[in-house]
Amino acid sequence: MSYKAKFKVWRGDAGEGSLEDYGVEVNEGEVVLDIIHRLQATQAPDMAVRWNCKAGKCGSCSAEVNGVPRLMCMTRMSTFTEDETITVTPLRTFPVIRDLVTDVSFNYTKAREVASFEPPAELKPGDYRMAQVDVERSQEFRKCIECFLCQNTCHAVRDHEDNKDHFAGPRFLMRVAELDMHPLDTRERRNEAQEDHGLGFCNITKCCTEVCPEHIKITDNALIPMKERVADRKYDPLVWLGNKIARRK
Amino acid sequence: MSTDTLTYEYDVVVIGAGGAGLRAAIEARAQGRSVAIICKSLFGKAHTVMAEGGAAAAMGNVNANDNWQVHFRDTMRGGKFLNNPRMAELHAKEAPDRVWELEEWGALFDRTKDGKISQRNFGGHEYPRLAHVGDRTGLELIRTLQQAVVSFQQKDFREHGDYEARIKVFAEHTITRLLLDGDRIAGAFGYRREDGQFVLFKAPAVVLATGGIGKSYKVTSNSWEYTGDGHALALLAGATLINMECIQFHPTGMVWPPSVKGILVTESVRGDGGVLRNSEGKRFMFGYVPDVFRKQYAETEEEADRWYTDPDHNRRPPELLPRDEVARSINSEVKAGRGTPHGGVFLDIASRLPAEEVRRRLPSMYHQFKELADVDITAEPMEVGPTCHYVMGGVEVDPDTAASSVLGLFAAGEVAGGMHGSNRLGGNSLSDLLVFGRRAGLGAADYIARLEQDRPEVQDADVDAARTEALAPLEFEAGENPYTVHSELQQTMNDLVGIIRREHEVAAAIEKLGEFRERREKLSAPGSRTFNPGWHLALDLRNMLLVSDCVAKAALERQESRGGHTREDYPVMSATWRKVNLVCSLDEQGRAKLEHKPVPTIRHDLLELFEVSELRKYMTEEELAGLPGMEPADEAVEVAAVEDEVVEAEAEAVEAEAAEVETVEAEAAEAEEPEAEAVEAEEAAEAEAEEPEESEAQSEAESEDAPEAEVSETAEIPAQAEADATESVADVSAADGEEGAK
Repeated sequence: MSYKAKFKVWRGDAGEGSLEDYGVEVNEGEVVLDIIHRLQATQAPDMAVRWNCKAGKCGSCSAEVNGVPRLMCMTRMSTFTEDETITVTPLRTFPVIRDLVTDVSFNYTKAREVASFEPPAELKPGDYRMAQVDVERSQEFRKCIECFLCQNTCHAVRDHEDNKDHFAGPRFLMRVAELDMHPLDTRERRNEAQEDHGLGFCNITKCCTEVCPEHIKITDNALIPMKERVADRKYDPLVWLGNKIARRK
Repeated sequence: MSTDTLTYEYDVVVIGAGGAGLRAAIEARAQGRSVAIICKSLFGKAHTVMAEGGAAAAMGNVNANDNWQVHFRDTMRGGKFLNNPRMAELHAKEAPDRVWELEEWGALFDRTKDGKISQRNFGGHEYPRLAHVGDRTGLELIRTLQQAVVSFQQKDFREHGDYEARIKVFAEHTITRLLLDGDRIAGAFGYRREDGQFVLFKAPAVVLATGGIGKSYKVTSNSWEYTGDGHALALLAGATLINMECIQFHPTGMVWPPSVKGILVTESVRGDGGVLRNSEGKRFMFGYVPDVFRKQYAETEEEADRWYTDPDHNRRPPELLPRDEVARSINSEVKAGRGTPHGGVFLDIASRLPAEEVRRRLPSMYHQFKELADVDITAEPMEVGPTCHYVMGGVEVDPDTAASSVLGLFAAGEVAGGMHGSNRLGGNSLSDLLVFGRRAGLGAADYIARLEQDRPEVQDADVDAARTEALAPLEFEAGENPYTVHSELQQTMNDLVGIIRREHEVAAAIEKLGEFRERREKLSAPGSRTFNPGWHLALDLRNMLLVSDCVAKAALERQESRGGHTREDYPVMSATWRKVNLVCSLDEQGRAKLEHKPVPTIRHDLLELFEVSELRKYMTEEELAGLPGMEPADEAVEVAAVEDEVVEAEAEAVEAEAAEVETVEAEAAEAEEPEAEAVEAEEAAEAEAEEPEESEAQSEAESEDAPEAEVSETAEIPAQAEADATESVADVSAADGEEGAK
């Protein structure tokens, strides 16, 4: 059942680092994070890694396994052959702090720039009424565990550092879409999506959707509909006029 | 004082960024105070994220009969009356408002047909009560609170041009010491993981919201953060903990594969119709309904199954008993050799709901089993077993303000004790952290308002001492690997202070803890101060060992079984012990010491929410004196009055049955704990002697809470008692056999 696997793990800090080789025991049913923990416990007690729930619910243990952005806790060792060398590296888009831990503060900065939920002023707590079918669209996006794999993989930022200032990334564009689709949100968000959060940078290659461990259809259900609304709004004079007269959705 | 320490000043420092911490921070900020939120991990990753089922609040959206009184009653029953009644009362009253205000901050709960917040059934709750979002309610809660914090930051940005002007999140920071000025809180010392930088927070008020202690156990649903930090910080600052022996083993954790053993399987599976079966295919829970709950639970599969669609005319399935009962029952089934191949029991939802419905209601469970165990829960049963989940014990607090016994120190959420008594009902944790998180934030703000200019000062010497302590594992060379000590600690607590406790085993654990304590002083963590997990673990071990010492000593002390504390040698509840809070503090050597203090008494208007016959199962007659419905002393009264002493002739009526129990127990326990049997039989006799009171007139307050179902069951009780006694013949574990027979 158990065997010795070959691992390469990136070790280093903001300055420099390299891939280090490890031979390590693997048992039935284990995931990559188990192996990293075994390395910590037996060979490299200072190996830096983030993790919390170990059940795919908190989104802490994001890394790149053989180049693919993944949650280590949800990457089963049985998906590799026993003689395969498994390479674990930190998320490429964010600066390394140490080993597998990166500085993801970019995401928290962007989160803060998305205007909060704005309910109708007169609505009292306890009086909110919404139909299940209407909340489900936003609920899909609220499944997001903020693992930032989509932010890491989106080449609008991955390959273009300069875009970071102007582009919120798929996670936070989806947050804008989530609020826009909230049945009781009163804020006009379409212009903001385009002008403040850089929706135009997205060229719908669906890389974000592919890496999402929660299987949220980020591109199809959040980003494309958002783009369509922005387009509608921008080019429809009646909508423009209507919104001038009565500020409503 | 060393110069390499970053210093901040705040009004309130909240340690912990889960539900309780964030709710406390929001409240303190709303009261106009400056707030630092200390997160052990990244912002939004706290353990609250793992909560699945929902937040219990008697909104009455699904069943209009629900109200705070029913919720209070369920909470007290679940906690076996060890709860702080004022906390249970505040919680039941305020939970609906706390849930509703989440909607103002953007939360999107599942809805009823008329557009209100939907509520689901859960163990121990009389009515559907849990506000939920599929099976990811904790994520919704943490994200909503996180976004509410951000919303305050956006206000501050508009006002001051700085998001962090009045509320700042210190992600990946760990507090290692609370600092005092005399007997008052003056601040907190810790370090930043990113670079090992030491940080000092000067603040007159600290709110502990650090969650639980599960990482001292091997099989746990808890994440790496749950190392009892707040419990230990409180002890070290001179505060007290109560009832640390009460630990909840959630009945359904994954048991396979080994690497995920302990990961939670939500109670919603059972709330939505899932049933537990042993390897013989039997729904075994029917054989484990204890006397105190018998009236509320179905006796046949048919009745149980009807309850899902017609709860007003049928009783609940026994799978929905409080967690302590279900966990012990699973434990006995496995011990009796009726477990699954991987040492659990089967939890079956596949044969109960259409596949589509399972995926809709339980998406994360579907996902979790599919990805981690190759099990399709829409087609086959899950294998589950008990896992260390929650500590009911915690910092002793004032119910209204969440203040601890140390001035300026507050505690809320799992780290606080009292609210849940000896066992927490599912769903009461999320509502607890909202209710008492807010109260802690208010308590801290009010405390500061009273201080005015008289702010406490941090002492330089204390900062230097904290710094030296934190550096020790890095500077000590050639010492032991902290991972080794941690894994031995987990094994020890799991094996010796686990779900069923035995005196000699707990005593052995206490001795081992002493050894670990010595070994901890000689730990080495190689590497630098930058994000060094070995160093971190070495520091966390201090907390885990302190807390484990409290748990083990309290578990040895409490000579009864109640909720999350099961003693094989004292297998039943004792009305005398019910009145005792075990209060833990540190002695001069820094070791846990215990004191007995009375559990706060329950006000008469709250007692009147129960039938006297039910209260008799928990309380002494003195406590019940003067209640409406109390009969003058009769046979049963006398029996209860001699609680814990030898039961004499007045128990004659039930002697025959008690003798039967004794035989059963003797067979079951064999040579293991022979002296325990006599005690069991006695206590069983007491419990039985109380049965005639069952037909007691209802109290007035009772009548508004749909009493029909309860009254009609009275006649069936003798038959059920007999069935239970028969059932227990098959049990191996003495404790569990007792549950069935008492």
